[in-house]
Amino acid sequence: MELDVDIEKRHGAFRFSAAFSLESQRCGVFGPSGSGKSTLMHLLSGLLTPDRGRISLAGRVLYDSAAGINLPPEQRRIGVVFQHAHLFPHMNVRRNLLYGWRRTEAADRRIAPEALIGVLNLHHLLDRGVNRLSGGERQRVALGRTVLACPRLILMDEPLTGLDEELKFQIIPYLKKALDEFDIPLLFISHSLREMRLMTDEALVFRDGAMQERMSTENLARSGMATVGGGYANMLNLGAPRKVNDLWSYPWGENELVLTEGGDGGDNLFELDARDIVLFKNHPEATSARNLLSCTVAGTFGFNNRVGVELDCGGMRLVAQIVPESVRELGIGPGTAIVAAIKASSFRRLSSMAVC
Amino acid sequence: MIALTPNDIDAIWLSIKVACGATLITTPLGFAAAYFLAFSRLPAKSLIEGLINLPLVLPPVVVGYLLLLLFGQSGFLGPLLQSVDLRIIFTLSGAVLASAVVGFPLMVRAIRIGLEGIDRNCLQASRTLGAGWWDTLLTITLPLSGRAVLAGMTLMFARSLGEFGATIILAGNIPGVTQTIPLAIYDYTNTPGGDRMALNLCLVSIVLSFTVLMLSEAVARSMKRN
Repeated sequence: MELDVDIEKRHGAFRFSAAFSLESQRCGVFGPSGSGKSTLMHLLSGLLTPDRGRISLAGRVLYDSAAGINLPPEQRRIGVVFQHAHLFPHMNVRRNLLYGWRRTEAADRRIAPEALIGVLNLHHLLDRGVNRLSGGERQRVALGRTVLACPRLILMDEPLTGLDEELKFQIIPYLKKALDEFDIPLLFISHSLREMRLMTDEALVFRDGAMQERMSTENLARSGMATVGGGYANMLNLGAPRKVNDLWSYPWGENELVLTEGGDGGDNLFELDARDIVLFKNHPEATSARNLLSCTVAGTFGFNNRVGVELDCGGMRLVAQIVPESVRELGIGPGTAIVAAIKASSFRRLSSMAVC
Repeated sequence: MIALTPNDIDAIWLSIKVACGATLITTPLGFAAAYFLAFSRLPAKSLIEGLINLPLVLPPVVVGYLLLLLFGQSGFLGPLLQSVDLRIIFTLSGAVLASAVVGFPLMVRAIRIGLEGIDRNCLQASRTLGAGWWDTLLTITLPLSGRAVLAGMTLMFARSLGEFGATIILAGNIPGVTQTIPLAIYDYTNTPGGDRMALNLCLVSIVLSFTVLMLSEAVARSMKRN
């Protein structure tokens, strides 16, 4: 995506301003509620007109106050997936899905409805009325409807908020698969760091109506360590488990991880709090922690009295959070060999990443 | 058995003509007015809302009289319409106009409630999916407010069947030309021995109104099913 934005908008006492230029395929817009995330979505899609500025997408000017250009939403070809699906209640699933497709010029129709319906697993729902769908199904139809309009960019405004945790992690693989398969750039709006990390590589941080900074999603997650009560969660995508006595063993790079929780045959997504990793200088003789990983320190980063230690465990990365005093005592620096101990019960299963 | 005079038959036909005419003319206008009131954010909105609702609170006779002043020979619009050979007062057009004006606020109110019930985000979604304003109006707004439009048309039709005050002032009470059922009943009640004839027309009026209501309910039900 080549999105260039430099806009301002005043709405009562609320002032919004943003200037950025994006090239990454999946970008996030992160910030607390009221920070201007949804305003950005409305301004980009043309549902709201900026006071001043310029927006261009892939070389096409969508809005330019100086030149008097302001394309209406239907000509911008920017797809929007709203927080609540907002399906058309008087149409069945099929007509909802094809609404945008039918309004797309034949030359621009690069996505086949059949293929997308397969990816989103909607075949059995096509003739159903949208009022008889579950929350997750509704969101899948809304996504399909937007993708089938073959947009040049998709904006997602908190598409997972309001869905329960279980459902969220069931939808994410669909989202990613649909966008990857049809090569559509994404601007993902969310206040959830975890969703942001699963969906995007880069994030724009908004606060009080203005864009504050721009950083990789990984760095955004690491900076969470500086906030009160915040920490860093490692996201581990593990393969199919094997039952070992009454625990489960998952392959992870060159290592095996022992967990208390079982998983599916496909990929399994787990979260591991950086504070739950204990570091030892030498290999401990005996410990209740089931996972002892020999790693080398790749680097450290610090915020106040918290230090994040980035570990290289046989090619895989892991971040442990310790205090500065431990860093001094253990003599931790880049290249230090160290042993990480993790309890089998520290891993929190997010959900199966397998498309079900 | 009800015995109807040729005059009564005329009155029934006129009533139906007036009600159909008034309903057909006001439906697009009523929809436009309701759309404006439901979606516009103009500051003048409440003033226009008041104007539209005025016939609802004014006595129909007053509405009829004001229309007479407006469309009469020396009125503001009378000579203008006369130049295109259209006469309003003491004609069928006058009866239609009187009914339309009096029933208009009821229709607008019904449609507006329906429009306000539509999720705005659905309308925004259709725009981002490539549908223009008219496309959205025809494929999303109208179908979603269809039942409300039908309710507005039913109210309008029923109100027109019963319109008396404004009609008698603007269109007069001319048998065969502007004498609708309520005006004919009024004539009968002023004639000695006309009670029985008046009652006959009352029965016709009840049957007609009831039929309209049942029809409207049936259409609304089939709309809901789809």
